Amino acid sequence: MSAIGRSLKRLEDRPLLTGDGCFAADNRADGQVHMRIVRSPIAFGRILDIETDEAKALPGVIAVWTAADIADLPPIDFRMTRIAGLEPYRQHVLARDYVRYVGDPVAVVFADNPYIAEDAAELVFCDIEEETPCLDATADPVAFMPERDPALLSEAAVITKSYGDMEAAFAGAAAIIEMELKVGRHTGVPLETRGALAVRDPETGVLTMYGAAKVPHYNRDSIARMLGLEPEQVRLSEGHVGGGFGIRGELYPEDVLVCAAACRLGVPVKWVEDRREHLMAANHSRDQVHRIKAAVDANGFVRGLVDTFYTDQGGYVRTHGGTVSDLAAALLPGPYLIPAYHVEGHIRLTNKTPSGTYRAPGRYETTFVRERLMDAIAARLGLDPMEVRRVNLIPEDRMPFDRGIEALGTHVLYDSGKYHDLLDRTLTRIGYQDLKADLARRRVAGEAVGLGIAFFVEKSGLGPHDLVTMAVQPDDTIEIVTGAASVGQGVETAMAQICSDVLGVPIERIRVIHGQTDRIAIGFGAFASRVTVMTGSAVKIAAEALRDKAIALAAPLLQADVRTLTLEMGCVVSRDSGATIGLAEIVAQSGKDLDAEGLFRADHMNYPYGIHVAQVRVDEAVSGIQVERYLVAYDVGRAINPMLIEGQIVGAAAQGIGGALLEEFIYNEEGQPLATSFADYLMPTCHEMPPVEVLLREDAPSPQNPLGVKGAGEGGITAVGAAIAAAVDDALGRPGLITSLPISPRRLHALLRR
Amino acid sequence: MTGTVTLSQAQPRRATASLSVTLMVNGAIHDLFIDVRTSLLDALREHIGLTGAKKGCDHGQCGACTVHIDGRRVVSCLTLAAQAQGYDVGTIEGLQGVDGALHPMQQAFIDHDALQCGYCTPGQIMSAIACVQEGHAKSLDEIREYMSGNLCRCGAYVGIVAAIEDVAARTQG
Repeated sequence: MSAIGRSLKRLEDRPLLTGDGCFAADNRADGQVHMRIVRSPIAFGRILDIETDEAKALPGVIAVWTAADIADLPPIDFRMTRIAGLEPYRQHVLARDYVRYVGDPVAVVFADNPYIAEDAAELVFCDIEEETPCLDATADPVAFMPERDPALLSEAAVITKSYGDMEAAFAGAAAIIEMELKVGRHTGVPLETRGALAVRDPETGVLTMYGAAKVPHYNRDSIARMLGLEPEQVRLSEGHVGGGFGIRGELYPEDVLVCAAACRLGVPVKWVEDRREHLMAANHSRDQVHRIKAAVDANGFVRGLVDTFYTDQGGYVRTHGGTVSDLAAALLPGPYLIPAYHVEGHIRLTNKTPSGTYRAPGRYETTFVRERLMDAIAARLGLDPMEVRRVNLIPEDRMPFDRGIEALGTHVLYDSGKYHDLLDRTLTRIGYQDLKADLARRRVAGEAVGLGIAFFVEKSGLGPHDLVTMAVQPDDTIEIVTGAASVGQGVETAMAQICSDVLGVPIERIRVIHGQTDRIAIGFGAFASRVTVMTGSAVKIAAEALRDKAIALAAPLLQADVRTLTLEMGCVVSRDSGATIGLAEIVAQSGKDLDAEGLFRADHMNYPYGIHVAQVRVDEAVSGIQVERYLVAYDVGRAINPMLIEGQIVGAAAQGIGGALLEEFIYNEEGQPLATSFADYLMPTCHEMPPVEVLLREDAPSPQNPLGVKGAGEGGITAVGAAIAAAVDDALGRPGLITSLPISPRRLHALLRR
Repeated sequence: MTGTVTLSQAQPRRATASLSVTLMVNGAIHDLFIDVRTSLLDALREHIGLTGAKKGCDHGQCGACTVHIDGRRVVSCLTLAAQAQGYDVGTIEGLQGVDGALHPMQQAFIDHDALQCGYCTPGQIMSAIACVQEGHAKSLDEIREYMSGNLCRCGAYVGIVAAIEDVAARTQG
């Protein structure tokens, strides 16, 4: 029985259920000292002086550093989407000359215990000449650091992409629709805050950082470069990771500081941030304003689309470079033909926390924009919103579909998709016409209930390649080593299933080692829904090589021809004699290692797709929105473990609901963040979480990898804002009402009174 | 808007006092000499070495640090270690049987796919056990209400609620 496609229970669960997990803060080393960051309380200003004497005098304090103490450290470089002109906006590990957001690290304290470190941090005095902060990315650009370089403005780059004949598109249009749409600032907020322990071995000089996540190999190379070490002198080790969602595991100032301190102070250095710090220091995301103009024909077909958008990048450009804006620009057209498209994305610096990627970066925002447009077209032309989508969807016979633009430096080529088919299946599943009639009846009876449906295209499986090694162990288990990372999504189980499918070994006898830079030469980590596609394919290739090697080694031992041998249930079996030999036994008898490598390359990403359906009830008395029913239809190409995929989709939908209704980083006019605890940054609890139905399909396998899989990490979040906004419009009978997320009670109340 | 501001108005402070505290955790006695400010969570994690309870916010707003005191659930980040003296403290590490068998709630979390990253899980399980014992697991709505103090950012709520409903049904059987 194939191991692929089964909802096997997770290999990861047991230690997590018993308290035996080892997360970043659970690491400790003898003689460790504790690091505490002193953060700017000011959004924007010039640093005049930083006084550290009083902090240094506190008993138990070992050292206090400011930028002057680590002047040799370069700024943190880009990991992705390096766009010309972004370099001057990179963040130094401690602020130099200026502070640019509340939370900007200005000094760092090292002490015997975390309580003393925190006390000492409060004794650091910093004189800052305050300047007027820029908090609106749509406003005219201002000087980034006026005294240092008055000519360097807060617009870091403009991304332009274009195809088709826009003039012709607008010339023959039946209607022109213009809209301004906004997605608020929110982010991943994993429940485990960031943390790290850096230890330098005095004998070997090797520096190890525990608490790594997401992209350990890349960060190892960056840390080594920044500290002037060779890559082999730095080791990153990932333990359990309490949620990633895109924001965790990027190289942050604090990671560099713990490593620098372990080297320079000669003791292990531990750092664990608190929640308040996390909410003002870890990457924020979203925060885009789009101004769109669409030319449509009488059937609602979009002939041409022009978009100008502004990404509020926050105080600096961090490791993601232009990633979010680039993805937004490239993927806004989504599942629709849209023969002419022009987009101009402005990356603007402001005096808020720097932003980066969060689950479905650029797609959550642009799916909201695009699907709001589809609903607006339907309203303007008096058409059914699903019919408008139908006339615009890319037909199956146009696949693979070349969009004619690039995303993340790869050509956007939709590999496969049956969009109309999935729409039909979804509408059938929910009983679209009956459901609409039922909701209409309830509205007549006085309830504000409505339905919203939104289509999206995701992307997954970002290359360039992935490597795994695989070896049979003496105890007859199989060890897989990958440079991928696990942020809690079930990587070990999924990889074991792919391996088991080839070798027939039960997954309980397969161990997956990930996130250890000393175990494998290369690794690209876990982001962009890439692991099952890239690493999974590499596992399959390695397992097949291992199988062939096992058969070759077994042939002389069984005195059989290789053509008569097969691998079943982890044993090589002779079809002629019925003789069998286990994998570990082959190793023992042949005296040879039974191991293999798998390298998988991909030039293009692949493009899963889906539909979100939201049914909501608005309580106009309290401006509250209750999600009564939620459905995600998703084509994953091929499902390795449906239970894991459903978990990813449902969990992502929960986060999407947070971003649509609850979560927002609000700032006051001085640039002070007003959401710095869970009392103000509201995430869905089990009280707000509706049941989520998943319609999981495998109708359009990816032709670009040997498994046919597409990623599943992000599709559950992508269209939540779009679907809920449409449902609220429908519930209130006011098409086009919702143009901004989140639809918080405050915002909805203002709209209802308008 | 210009002007000079000072990063901190904090006054120099005296070194804080320490005290002896005896804690009974999962049936074992621990004598500690700790800073008076030490939270029960820090005492468990940093001084006793039981790292199962997690720090998610240190403000009593996420529930990851939930432990039992005399069988009642408390957020250990808002409980001073000194306050727990004289009581029975129960943590996730004390749930398994001597043979390593999982507590029914732990098993139910596996059965209902009620976790992903696992960071909130110890707190969820401690809270869930208390929720059932309190008699607050009689309906799905009631479970959702009485478990709303435990955040799960992976969004495994559907599985968590199902696991509790399952255990409650068998317990109340």
